[in-house]
Amino acid sequence: MTAFRFSVSIMPRSGILDPAGKAVEAALPQLHAANVHHVRVGRRVELTVDADSPESARAAVDALAKDMLANPLIESWTIEAA
Amino acid sequence: MKVGVVVFPGSNCDRDALHAAQLAGADAALIWHETTDLHGADAVILPGGFAHGDYLRAGAIARFSPIMGAVRAHVERGGLVLGICNGFQVLTEARLLPGVLRRNATLRFEHRWVTLAVERRNTPFTWRVPEGMTMRMPIAHGEGNYWLPDDDLDRLEAAGQVVFRYTAPEGNPNGSARAIAGVIDANGRVCGLMPHPERASDAVLGSDDGMLLMRSLVESMARVEVAA
Amino acid sequence: MTLVEEPLVQTPLHRRLGLTDAELTAIHQRLSRAPNDLELAMFSVMWSEHCSYKSSKSLLRTLPTAGTDVLAGPGENAGVVAIGDGLAVAFKIESHNHPSAVEPYQGAATGVGGILRDIVAMGARPVALLDALKFGWPDDHRTRRLVDGVVRGVGGYGNCVGVPTVGGELTFDPTYTGNPLVNVMCAGILTVGGISRAIAPTPGSMAVLFGSHTGRDGIGGASVLASANFDDGSAAMRPSVQIGDPFAGKLLIEATLELVEGGLVEGMQDLGAAGLTCATSEVAARGGTGIRLDLRSVPLREADMAPFEIMISESQERMLAIVEPAHVDEVLRVVSHWGLRGVVVGEITADGDVVVVDGETELARIPARALAIDVPEQLHEAAPPTRRRLAPAPGETPLAHDGLPERGMDPGAVLEALLGHPNLGSRAWVTTQYDQTVGTDTIEGCEHAAAVLRIKGTKRALVIATDSQPFVALYDPAQAAALAVAECARNVSVTGARPLGLTNCLNFGDPNKLDAYWQLSESVRGLGETAAALGIPVTGGNVSLYNESPLGRIAPTAQIGIVGVIDDVDDLVRPQFATSGDIVVLLGETGPGMAGSAYERLAGAAPDDRPPSLDIAREAALHELLRVAAADRVLKSAQDVSSGGLAVAIAECAIWSGLGAELQLQVAMAPAVSLFGESPSRAIVTIDERNWNSLARLASSRRVAARRLGVVGGDRLRIRLVGVGATGAAEERGAGVADELDMSLDVLRRAWTQALPRVLGKVA
Repeated sequence: MTAFRFSVSIMPRSGILDPAGKAVEAALPQLHAANVHHVRVGRRVELTVDADSPESARAAVDALAKDMLANPLIESWTIEAA
Repeated sequence: MKVGVVVFPGSNCDRDALHAAQLAGADAALIWHETTDLHGADAVILPGGFAHGDYLRAGAIARFSPIMGAVRAHVERGGLVLGICNGFQVLTEARLLPGVLRRNATLRFEHRWVTLAVERRNTPFTWRVPEGMTMRMPIAHGEGNYWLPDDDLDRLEAAGQVVFRYTAPEGNPNGSARAIAGVIDANGRVCGLMPHPERASDAVLGSDDGMLLMRSLVESMARVEVAA
Repeated sequence: MTLVEEPLVQTPLHRRLGLTDAELTAIHQRLSRAPNDLELAMFSVMWSEHCSYKSSKSLLRTLPTAGTDVLAGPGENAGVVAIGDGLAVAFKIESHNHPSAVEPYQGAATGVGGILRDIVAMGARPVALLDALKFGWPDDHRTRRLVDGVVRGVGGYGNCVGVPTVGGELTFDPTYTGNPLVNVMCAGILTVGGISRAIAPTPGSMAVLFGSHTGRDGIGGASVLASANFDDGSAAMRPSVQIGDPFAGKLLIEATLELVEGGLVEGMQDLGAAGLTCATSEVAARGGTGIRLDLRSVPLREADMAPFEIMISESQERMLAIVEPAHVDEVLRVVSHWGLRGVVVGEITADGDVVVVDGETELARIPARALAIDVPEQLHEAAPPTRRRLAPAPGETPLAHDGLPERGMDPGAVLEALLGHPNLGSRAWVTTQYDQTVGTDTIEGCEHAAAVLRIKGTKRALVIATDSQPFVALYDPAQAAALAVAECARNVSVTGARPLGLTNCLNFGDPNKLDAYWQLSESVRGLGETAAALGIPVTGGNVSLYNESPLGRIAPTAQIGIVGVIDDVDDLVRPQFATSGDIVVLLGETGPGMAGSAYERLAGAAPDDRPPSLDIAREAALHELLRVAAADRVLKSAQDVSSGGLAVAIAECAIWSGLGAELQLQVAMAPAVSLFGESPSRAIVTIDERNWNSLARLASSRRVAARRLGVVGGDRLRIRLVGVGATGAAEERGAGVADELDMSLDVLRRAWTQALPRVLGKVA
């Protein structure tokens, strides 16, 4: 068994309303940052998996992302080896 | 003398604070966050709520509202500012009060009645509280877990800047360092607390202890010297 | 297009949109031509069960809706009743069951957002939320996640907008495992003259859409339309989940109320199910007008949205205002002050048609009435299931000894188990996540059976309760609805308040199934008869059908909500014991019938036992007695007897006050019936000794039985059992004496407090 470290970025799926991103973007003119746009807010989870291979480790993370870390109906995720 | 209650988009205790200030005898009015002056207010209340939705971090966006420049200038002149709940969060984000309000240790929004020990009674916000009295009022927040590095906490306590602490029987509801519920700035003019004194404003609601704080503030306005 | 899609295309579009062949024929008749795809999409959402109530309308028409205080009844966004002092209360309960099953946080949050907008659209400031939640047994991780997400969603929205959540119900039962129920009730205060209606009365007025942008939220089933234009994969990816934005919701509330209070609008309609299609057709149909809607002016979240997507999008936090041309600028100014986008999207016309245009191109033209009012009703056959147990009629003598539970038991252990059951224990694990005191009006929040809110500037207080009887409904749905109405009205009356109006959320299965439709029709019958007999008008509500999953159908659930008013808040009577030495009195008669009770679910009941009967005259007499005694300041406390029976009711009075009691109970039939039976029309009150004669006189003049049970005091709850039922003589089973109930308050409190954390695996 080897320890594999991953980071999972979870974002609102494209086309899904992102209230947090919208609220941040709406406040930008007050900061004189009106040239900043398309703000989206998600979250990042870092974790370590003990597995036999990088492929099985990544598969385990993907399953976890689908079952628990994200709701596939409204969120998408990307997994990166860290 | 007049109390101004700031309304951020997403404030939801603004009318409650206004009502309690009026009940304490003040001439009080709401001030919209996009204005840049206090419309003659002698004391300012930053009320509870979810300013700008608080999606990013409580108070993080509200500190940039236009009105905050006027609030800062008011503080620099020695004026009184009370931040309640979200108002406390805004004041810490604006660095007008020390500390950070992190997510509750329970990781949940917590609505509970708590008991507060009043550690300092010689402030414009607490002088009407009888010695030795503990106060009952509700908390209602998701991010009220007060935090500072240990060294800073030592200094804060030594300087007498801890005004309210959660105490028995309920104890500390949110994991706050050293059970701190409210603090005051070094000059004794800016005070913030997570519990809601404006909700403990009538015995029929369960307690009117909070009116002691509201009356302290309202009756202090005439006594506090504010630079022109 | 790929070949694989071909079989799908064979199915006619109307069927893929959920319309029957007969409905398509009816559409042809109403248009005198064939509909185009956009028109078909608009019909499909408006003629859905959800929007048209086509399966339940004929039943709902039988409900009593008239009342002297009623200012707005069914058909409006919410019911409105006058409460005195020139004020009125708007209130309604609504379900968000299926969205919550799919995405619990967003489903519950948007449920709260939706009911808030209904209340706000009436011109009322929301002052209270209540949530009635039903889940499967929480021993699997899926159900626990549902509970967690729904509770966070209710709190997440309500807390943020600053409307206190002050009451509700929490019920666990395996029938809800695949299909949880999330019913949310809201009440708001307005002035009698300030009522706003969802109507477009004047041709030439403008339709202003304001709030959030329109995105592809909640398009769901109608996304089949997209497969004609896109590849199938992208159609399947269309999100059917709506996302709540409570911050935008809060701004929308403030902007809407400012518009209504400023007299700037002729009509106001929130956008919920079926989005723009529903809002435009309903305001026009009610006003006898038409509306011309230009899709080019609708602010979109994504630029490439198809017309049908814009017309049926269920994006949240949107409102449609009908505005005289002279007021449009001021309306847009108010909306933009609150940081929201507002645009004129259309004009009210005289031709009675909803016309959708894209610039100059006409895309759809449908009579507003055909969409919103003139919907073909679906008639269903009803048949009772073979297994049912109907409650006896009042006065009907039960067969000798039939259905009596076993006498031998340890009543203390049963009480501890009942209090420790998550359906009866403290809801604090849930309700501490709800802001209950924002608004500074909450006198009684979530912990007791009825919420009480003062109304600033008056002596009055609102009293609100919500109840249901799903377990009785498994045996006898009509009786369950009747009992739920009686219990809910009793919960309002024990405080000293007068019930003013009733709202209901009917959660049932597939109406095409004979027994499911029987459950629905029987429930509506029981509800209507009881509300009429108690003189409480039904001012609106919501119907949620098809609550079935592969695991089965939910227990029939008629969720009742009642709003009442107490004229002088100083007369308010609370449920917990007040003072040591007070006399404990049982008002009302205990009757048999353990079927559907909490006791039955714990210990079982005889196979020939039935639900308890309800004598509505006795129920009404009890309510009047409670109000008169409250106004005469005779009562120190009052608590209704319902789930878990007399013993649980008394234990709650003790736990909430920290005061025990020393009581003696006459047992007529069997100890379990007296202690844990849930027969209606009873209350536990306490009084000062010197008021006994007054109370006895008030009770006897209304023919309500009043029995002294003992005194308040100590740190134990002791109930000695005496009489023929206690000795077993009534059952002819011997003469042994039943155990007395003798429990320390600490033990009872621990059971009650830990009930929920223990079952959710969150022991504090």
